[in-house]
Order: sequence, then C-alpha cells, then structure tokens
Amino acid sequence: MTVSGEPTVRETVWTLEISARDPDPRAGAVLDQVPDLGVSGIEHVTVADLIHVRGRLDTEIREELTEVLVDDLLQTGTWYGPGDHVGESSGWRVDTGLHPGVTDAATQELWRLVESRSWPVTGVATGRRYRIDGTIAPKDRDRLIAALLANPIIERWEVDATLEAAFVPREGAGDEVVTIPLETLIDPELLTALNLERALALDEAELEAVRDHFVELGRGPTDLEIEMIAQTWSEHCSHKTFRARIRIDGIERSDSLLGSLRACTDGIAAPHVVSAFVGNAGIVAFTPDRTIALKCETHNHPSAVEPFGGANTGVGGVIRDVLGAAHQPIACTDVLCFGRPDTDHRDLPAGVFHPRRVAEGVVAGIADYGNKIGLPTVAGAVLYDDGYLANPLVYAGCIGVAPPGDALQKTPQPGDRVVVIGGRTGRDGLRGATFSSMTMDATTGDVAGASVQIGDPITEKLVMDVLVGARHLYRTITDCGAGGLSSAVGEMAEGVGCEVELDRVPLKYPGLVPWEIWLSEAQERMVLAVAPEHLDELDERCRHHGVELTDLGSFTGDGRLVVRHGGRRVADLDLGFVHDGRPRRELDAEAPNPTRTVPDATPAVIATRSPRDLLLELLAHPNLGSRAEIIRRYDHEIRGATLRRPLVGPHGDGHGDGTVLAEPLENHGLAIGIGVNPFYGLADPERMAMAVVDEAIRNLVVVGADPTRVVLLDNFSWGDPRRASTLGELVAAVDGCVQAAEIFAAPFVSGKDSLNNEFTGADGRRQSVPPTLVITAVAPVPDAAATVTPETIRPGDVILAVGEVGETWGGSHAAMISGASGDDARVVAPLPGDLPARYRAVHELIRDGLVLAAHDVSEGGLAVALAEMALAGGHGVVCEPLEDDGVHRELFAEGPGRLLLEVSADDAEMVLARIPSPGRVVAHVVADETMTLPDGSVVAMGELASVWRQK
Amino acid sequence: MTRRQPRAVVLCAPGTNRDADVTLALELAGAQVQRVLVTDADEATRQMRQAELVVVAGGFSYADALGAGRLFAVELADRLGDAVKHAVERETPILGICNGFQTLVRLGILPGAQRRVALGHNESGRFECRWVTLEAVSQRCIWTRDLTDAIECPIAHGEGRFVCDDETWDALVKGDQIALRYRGDNPNGSRGDVAGICDPSGLVLGLMPHPENHVLVRQHPVHHRGGTESSMGLALFRRGVDHVS
Repeated sequence: MTVSGEPTVRETVWTLEISARDPDPRAGAVLDQVPDLGVSGIEHVTVADLIHVRGRLDTEIREELTEVLVDDLLQTGTWYGPGDHVGESSGWRVDTGLHPGVTDAATQELWRLVESRSWPVTGVATGRRYRIDGTIAPKDRDRLIAALLANPIIERWEVDATLEAAFVPREGAGDEVVTIPLETLIDPELLTALNLERALALDEAELEAVRDHFVELGRGPTDLEIEMIAQTWSEHCSHKTFRARIRIDGIERSDSLLGSLRACTDGIAAPHVVSAFVGNAGIVAFTPDRTIALKCETHNHPSAVEPFGGANTGVGGVIRDVLGAAHQPIACTDVLCFGRPDTDHRDLPAGVFHPRRVAEGVVAGIADYGNKIGLPTVAGAVLYDDGYLANPLVYAGCIGVAPPGDALQKTPQPGDRVVVIGGRTGRDGLRGATFSSMTMDATTGDVAGASVQIGDPITEKLVMDVLVGARHLYRTITDCGAGGLSSAVGEMAEGVGCEVELDRVPLKYPGLVPWEIWLSEAQERMVLAVAPEHLDELDERCRHHGVELTDLGSFTGDGRLVVRHGGRRVADLDLGFVHDGRPRRELDAEAPNPTRTVPDATPAVIATRSPRDLLLELLAHPNLGSRAEIIRRYDHEIRGATLRRPLVGPHGDGHGDGTVLAEPLENHGLAIGIGVNPFYGLADPERMAMAVVDEAIRNLVVVGADPTRVVLLDNFSWGDPRRASTLGELVAAVDGCVQAAEIFAAPFVSGKDSLNNEFTGADGRRQSVPPTLVITAVAPVPDAAATVTPETIRPGDVILAVGEVGETWGGSHAAMISGASGDDARVVAPLPGDLPARYRAVHELIRDGLVLAAHDVSEGGLAVALAEMALAGGHGVVCEPLEDDGVHRELFAEGPGRLLLEVSADDAEMVLARIPSPGRVVAHVVADETMTLPDGSVVAMGELASVWRQK
Repeated sequence: MTRRQPRAVVLCAPGTNRDADVTLALELAGAQVQRVLVTDADEATRQMRQAELVVVAGGFSYADALGAGRLFAVELADRLGDAVKHAVERETPILGICNGFQTLVRLGILPGAQRRVALGHNESGRFECRWVTLEAVSQRCIWTRDLTDAIECPIAHGEGRFVCDDETWDALVKGDQIALRYRGDNPNGSRGDVAGICDPSGLVLGLMPHPENHVLVRQHPVHHRGGTESSMGLALFRRGVDHVS
C-alpha cells in the first residue's frame, strides 16, 4: 500500500560500481601474481567494488548513497538498475561475491547507514568486478579466477554475466533437531558411517565410549549432543596426543607429554609463575603491581584454505584467550611458515594455493586484525621451506596485563547467569575443531567451507573496551573459540552444571538449527559467569560501548548440561562424561636416531666455496633476507610502549632481536624473544628444541632482559602423531624442551600443539611439515634505559664474539644452500653448560652501559650476523684475519649460545674478562662501507644490502 | 605556579584506537582530557560545549569498511553536527590525526571553503608503519606556527595519499594552509609531500602521521644514538594547548 501522493517506487535491486580513478593496487597485485600460475597473455586488469542494495530506492536515496560511498576525487561511481546493461570491455569480466553469511564488515556498516537513515531497504551485499584484457585458455581462466580473484570457499563468481547478489535473509527460524537412534550407535557399520558423515573424527575406542554411555542412558543422542562430544573430544580441544600414554620403543613413559612439561615447571618452582597450563593463558608476575598473561596459538588449517580469514581469526582468537584470562591485551606476535616464494606452479599439489598468495593473504590478515583492534604486532619470524607448501603454519601470540588478583578465576556459583557478549552467531566455523584435527587433501576446501571464519576486529575491540576495568562485574570468563558455545559454556560449567536457552542466542541470520548455534565458531564472543546482582551494570556497560549482551541461562549446581530450544530439551548430558569420559589414548613412538658424531672437518661442498660468495648467497636466501616490507605492514607503534622494535637502525630497516615493551611513563618493562628452527628439527628434534629455547632466551638477553626470570610458551606444529616415527620426534622435542628449561630455570607457562599438519597429494603421498617448535620467551626488563639493539653504533668500536665455534652443520643454512647432506652435515650442537652464567654476565654488562649493541648469532652463522649489524647501523666491518682452515667454520657453522657485542675498543679486554665463556674480538666497526672477511676478501655493503633486500 | 589546564575533548567512534595515545600527549602538553564516544551523543554534546580543544583521534572508525573516515563523518554530522559547528564558530582549535584527518576532510571542515581534497590509498598500495620526518611550514596554523625543529614520528596508515586539483593546490599554498610536509622520504605519494593541512582560520589541523607516539625522548627508535626533545611530536600538542591557555 502506498500513501497517497507519494510516487510508487518498486522494490528492486540496484548495484553501485565504484572504481578508483588511479590504478587500484588490488589490480596490480593480481598482475604481479599471474606469473606464479604459469599463465601468460594477461595484459590489463581493473577491479571495482560492487554494492548491491535491494529496496525501494528512489533517486534521492541513490544520490545520498553515492555521496557517502564515492569520493569524486578518488573514485567514480555508476548505478545499475534492473535491466541496465553493464558496459562491455574489450576482454572478459568476472563478478565475485561472498557466499551468503560470510562475515563482511562493509555489509554490516551499510546496514548501520541504512538503519540510521530509515531507508526502505531490505537487503545489502557487496562484491567485486574484475575486467581483464588478454587472451587466455578457458581452463587457465578458471584456474586464474580460483587462484587469484576469488576463493571458492568463501566466494562465488560469474564470468561475463551478472552475479546475482546473495542477500542474507533477516527473518525466519530453524528448529530441526535430529535424534540419532540408539540402533545406529549399536551397529558398528552404522556407527562408522555416522562418524564419517558428521566428520566427528573420533577413533574406535572413543566411538565405543559414546555408544556405551548412551546405551546406559537407554536413548540415542541428539545431533547437538553427539556434535558437542565430538568437538570436546577433538585433538584440538582435548590434546589427546599430549595427554596420551606413550610407549617409546616399547617402553612406557612415566608421564604424558603434557605431564612432562608440567612436571618441569613444577620442579623449577619459579616464584614469578602465578598459573601455568591452566585456563586460557599462562600468568606470571614480575612486579607486585600487575600480572602478565601470555599465550600463543596456531591457526594452520584455516590459513591454508583461506589465508586472510584464517590468519585474521587466528589473531582475534589469541587476543580473546588473553581477554579470557581476564587481562588487557597489549601486544601481538606472529610466526609464519610458508612454501618457497619461487615455487613453480607445476609443483603445486591440486587444491593448494601458491605460497605467494598464501603469504600475501596471511600477512594481510594479521595486519588487518592487529592494526584495526589497535594492538601493536611487535615480534615474530617468517620462514620458507618446501615442507610448508601444502601446510602453511601461522602462530599468533598475545600478551596482556592486569592488576594483581584480577587473574583469579572463581568457580561459577549456582544461580550465576550464563552470559555471552560480543558478535552474533552464524553458521561460520562449524566443526572447526574437528576440521583442524584432520589431515588435509585436495577436497579439504570443499568440506571446510563452513569452518572458515572471517574476523571482525572492531567488534572485538568494543568487547575489549567493555571488559577492561570490569573485572568486578563477572565471576569468571572464557572465550568462544573452537567448539563455540558448546566448548566455552561446557568448560565453564564443569563441576557445576548449567541450563541454557539456546533460542536466546542472537543470530546473524535465521535458519540455524540448534546444533549449529551451539557449535558455531562465530568470532568475537566471550562467555561470562555473572552474579545476578551485577547483570544490570554489565549490561549498561555493554550498551554504552555498543556491544550486545545476552543472558543465556543459569549455572545450576547439579553437574548436568541442559540445553533447551523452543521449549524442547535438546541436550541433557552429564558434564563429567563430556569432560572425562574420553578413553585415554595409547600411542607407540619410535625414538629418532640422530647423527651426533661431530665431524673433524667442514663438509667439502662448503669448504671449497669462497666465503664472499657464500655470504652473498645466504643473505639472498628468503629465510635470511630483509623482512622490512612485511613488518611495516603491522602497526608496531600504537600504545607508544614499543621501546625496542622489530625494525632497528637509523633507516628503520635492520632486524631487531628481542622486542622490549615499556609503558610510556614507567621505567621497567618486559621483553619478548622468539625461537624457531625446523631445519634443526629435521636433523635432531631433541637438540633442535634445546637450541630453539636457547635462541628465544638469547633474543631476550641481547636486548637487556633479565635472563634469570624467563618464562616460556611452547607451540608444536607436527605431522600425524599416529605414525610412530613422527610421534618419536615429538617426544624427543618435548624432552629437549624440558632439559633446556631446566638448564635456564625457565618454566613453561602455557603451550599448544597443532598436530596432523599433513597433506595427502593426488599421488596418495603424505607430506608432513618439518618438526616446527616455536618458543616464545618473556622476561622482565629491569631498566628501560639499559636496553640495546643490534645495529652498529660507532666506527672504531670492536665487536666481540662470545661462545664457542663448533664444527656442526646440521640444519645450517650454509649446508642447505651448498647441498651438503652427508653425515658431516647432520649434527646439531648441544647446549654448552655455561650458558646461564654467560647470559647473566652479558646482562650485567648491558646494565652497566658497557655494551653499545648486541646481536645473537643464528641462521647463517657469524658472517650473516655481522653483516646484519653493519647493514642496520649503516657502517662497515673489518673481520680479524683467520687461518684458512678456520674461516668457514667461524663464519658459517651454526650452534647455540653465541652472541656478538659491540663495545668500545678500550673496554674490550675488561668486558671479555667479565664473561665466563670463550670470547674474542672478531671485527671492528668502520665508517668505510665495506665488509672485510677473515680471509681478506672484501664486499661492498651496498652489494650485501641489495641481495639482502632482494631487489 | 600551577598553569591552568585547558579542557580537551577526544572524539572517538567504534574502532578509534589511538585515543589513549593522544590522551597521554595532551596531558603531557598540559591539558585535561575527556574521551567521548560519538555514539553517546548527549554526553559528547555536553563535553563539546565546554571543550577548549577538540581532537578527532586515529584508528579504524567503523572498520573503514565503506572508506576511511566516511561513516565517522556521517555519524558526526548526524549526531553532533551542531556541536561541531559551534566549536568551529567559537574558534576552538581542532586537530584530526590519521583517521581523524580523513574524517575532518569528509566532514568538509578541511580544508574548508568548499575546496576539495582527499586521502587516497598509499602509492605502495599497502598499509605502512614507519618513522618519518615532518617539516612545519604554515605560520597560519596555530598548531605548527613557530615550530622551527622538524618533528619525527611514525605513520601508520594505508590511505594517506593527499590528493587535490591544481586550483585547490594553488589556493592552499597561497592561503598558507599547507601545515606539514614530509622531509626526505614521502611515504605515501602525497601531492607536494603534504602530511597535514589546516583550514583558512589556521585553527583546524589535519595530519596523517602520529605525533602522539613521540612524546617522550625514549620513544624515538634511535634515541640511544643521542635523542633530543626538539624532534618530539609533543611540540605540536604544546602549541595547541598554549594557544588556548
């Protein structure tokens, strides 16, 4: 019905095409990556944004929309109404759009605009339009679209035709609940089929435990119940392998892997550990005025299938872990492992993105979340290896602070409310926990479709604003991560019980059935136990910040989980069974047998090369080249507390070692160091773990942190632990971690394992990632003024090398680039016994102001480390001459514990005397822009810089 | 002698994230600071009425999902239009940093008088965070007048390329409205190395870089090579506070 006098405007769909007047960088990025696919013939690409609006849109509304969405100086905008013909270009056109329901900030903000203006609009959606000139075979065209223009998992497209906008319905309901007949559980064949059909990823013993439980109850489970059990019992949520009983070479280990790490921490009994291996994050206190929460997570499988969204939500997830430990997040870290950027497209397994696309998407995803939520991304590493081609790894870490006492999580009391705050629930991320616990193959993208999430950092920022300073309003808190509400509410109610009204959960769109609501891994949600008397104040606080709060039900005290939907009981489970009913896994491991006989000479393929050429080739290696372009895409300055940065030197392009954070008006702070070395892992997993713990701690030492109060996080990314040799390597790495932690009296406070990082290729061959352990080390910095960076400071100074030079080449980059692969290139060095004393001495020297610059010697060895210092400082270095047979060993062998210190020439002798370890002057800082190697060869710093910057 | 502390209001939208940083800078410069949310229009209006300085802080308002600063400008116009107008009429100095600059441009306050400028995506096509050197060039702008030393501070943006047509450019130069220029590296391809501009009155300044992240000597990345106070971004906030003290 139309009000008389108003002209009738019919409901139609209008599309606004917005193009940049200047070349759009997204088009440039596509052109840049076309050669990676082995595709030629593309001459020109343009990209435009599409805004679809359904409603009764008169000219006035369209003009107002144009005014907001199109900036005349930068863009042009064209409206297409029903029947309007999209102008043809000379080439072909691809319209893309998100699958309905995929999180999209632009759609959300369009709704905000539409609602604030009360326009008669019933649907909004976004998309992109590519116009491509050039001749290309149809099969290449489809490959190009799926590889570069859109991701089939989250997007749809049409070629040379208009893609109909997929509007998300805003009303409707879904309430279907399927009860699985008990007979299905009892029949082994049907049970196996159910396991596959629902992607439960349970093993035989676990399925039997489920069967027995329901047989005892005398009823079949609802779909919600079985899905909840599968998520709770997934590797991702329950860490079956780390809790398993393990027989190594037939002998049973006394502790599980988790048990070993816990026992190590208990044995060290460090007074600054507040809580370890409990809850969402490790908690420590270096000063009486605050506690610090630390956590590192992986988001590997999601990043493989949707690099941007996977990495994006990885960051969002680990930030929520810190919020879920009742701390205020202050900084993020990231460690990334990709296939080699120069991978030939013919070597790409089917269904796998080119590593450059993966890297581009992952880096953009990390930058997007951290930059938008307003947390500095301050430390990390990037590694490239063929072993990560099909399984990229994304480690995201977060650190937070809280006033003392806030961290204490109290058990919910009967009568407390079950409250969820933050984003709405959609079909995103269903079965994510089981998905991430499975091996991937070419079809993984198809089945994983629903498990991919896209983040919404602004909503999480608002949740953070609500929670900071609101500790008195809730009893306990946890984040909604893998398993969604099922896992968050289920864990919180353990030992207490709760009743939840599922139809109160606010949905992004209608149509979700109860089990989907309960399991959804929609991002940016936190679950809180709130005493009834605090509910109104918390609600008021949420309203002020524009955050949605929902009271889902109450904690009961009867130990049962009851979920209702539309008045029906859709789950009634004993939480004791959900959390403790899983049979403990028993696994067999085969201990690795690494080569440990130190060779008496440098491998010939290394020794016969000129040191100058080796150095240039090492600096050009993707693992050792400049990271400035990646690091600059992360805001590391926000909060004004990043005192020692990931980029250093007068030109801000040298690499820092550890990062130092100190609140602007405080004189003490903390440092973060990271260690990772999968190349050692392939050679000797146990010594790798020790070396990696050492590297993380050394990164702290060289910036000025206190090496006697280090705490550690362990993150393992491994292959399938059901293979005895793979599990054996994992056991060896855990043992190495424990030994190193004990040497440094540095306890582990939290950790996470991501197993099954494997891909089955078309040929049926399984490819596993190399053993990749990431250690994050954190220690207090007693005096912010007594911190240093690696860049050379002053010509005339000397550089001291501290630590012994070994003849070990296992996993060294010199061995890798030279093709050294015999027994003489497999040994990884053990940790020298004097390291704690060595690091204490260096720490005191830095505090006394005697060290002007400090750097650790890591991948590439001493030559690379010296070059890095000089490149960052804008100087040259002259190495002390050496006898012929020692040059390669000195310059390129790798081993733990080595440090470079720049000191005044006058202080050199005194400084060396204060360090209870081997050490000597290895080089002089010079103003002359050349590097003179110990064999007398000379290389211009400009030449080193150009290979290092890789352009 | 205790100096009078002028009242500064920091305007935030959902997604503003450098509000704490600019609050510290204003406090160190001698102001007392109130942070208000544009979504809390009543409180924001009340605070704006008493404000002696107004700062639109940086961040990603509304995720910049429809373009940088665009929805923030719409919301400011819809909810606080009168309050902003009164502040301008009362000759209250206004500062927009990064996303705040983008917002003031979209709001039509900068550069004023119907001239049109825009902030496009960086020439590199990427968000970039790095340190830059800024030269204060405008004597009209109360925030930069008499600043003789170059300011060093970080940028952290993806859409900071200053764009305008020739006619606007000539008018801006003639009107002494180019407030800050990048010295040396131009990080985003801005026309004329422009980092910030002011309105014809000189009271309203918008800039892309973050002087609020260099308010202590030790915040400079190479302060250990001999940092000085003279290159701190704090100088800019002091100019604003001094102007109203």
